[in-house]
Amino acid sequence: MSSGIPLQYFLILATIMFFAGVYGFLTRRNLITILMSVELILNSVNINFLAFNRYLFPHKLEGMFFSIFVIAVAASEAAVAIAIIINIYRRFTTINVEDVNEMKY
Amino acid sequence: MASNQIMFILFALMITVFSVLTVTTRKILRAAVFLLFVLVSTSGLYFMLNYQFMAAIQLTLYAGGIVVLIIFSILLTSHISQKFESSGWKKNIFSALAAITGAILSIVTILDYSFSATKEAAQEVDMHLIGRSLLSVDKDGYVLPFEVISVLLLAAMIAAIVIAKKAGPAKTLSPKLNQE
Repeated sequence: MSSGIPLQYFLILATIMFFAGVYGFLTRRNLITILMSVELILNSVNINFLAFNRYLFPHKLEGMFFSIFVIAVAASEAAVAIAIIINIYRRFTTINVEDVNEMKY
Repeated sequence: MASNQIMFILFALMITVFSVLTVTTRKILRAAVFLLFVLVSTSGLYFMLNYQFMAAIQLTLYAGGIVVLIIFSILLTSHISQKFESSGWKKNIFSALAAITGAILSIVTILDYSFSATKEAAQEVDMHLIGRSLLSVDKDGYVLPFEVISVLLLAAMIAAIVIAKKAGPAKTLSPKLNQE
């Protein structure tokens, strides 16, 4: 299926996605959109792992298992982050990072 | 041009356009939907790489689970039609500069490096093999990371419940908000 497509194309695609996530992480102020940027970054790393595994080491499965674990970590991270965001919203009635500036309550 | 190359170009265009739109759109619900498109086309890429299991995980867990979670929390915390105010042109320009510089640096490095593949025969990835290696204690087994990740998932589940549990509203308001 992946014949005729060089490995570099996958890596460049993942690079674009990664730096779109970095841009969003730097410019966004809403906590949920920051979380979405982090998901973009994690997803681009998964593409890299799978492309390396298929093109360079097709007789092994390391890249695939690593991306399974990355997905599991990303899922638990999203769950905890959203719990924290909802708790912050309850206390401050906003999830703008610049209005949430004290940890003491 | 072969059909798989056309498919790759399609997925690549979708991922590029929608991931840029995810981080630049001013409406939060649209950002979530664009993120969904990015994740679905990523699973298409996994199908092209012949990792059906990963593509299924991507669809169910990312596109199904995480995006729904994000959309739910958007609906709980903000108005649907609410627009973000622009975050200042200075911040935008410097962030774009950092991102574009990093992207160009990485792409130049990728194009410069000569990747060398092994000559070994490709292995067919079926469910049987995945299950066997996930739970085997032999040389290519992954039972330890599997156990660690299951403990992590349990901890995350308990933590999410404990954090999101409702606390008393009156005493938790910050003094600053009380004054207003």
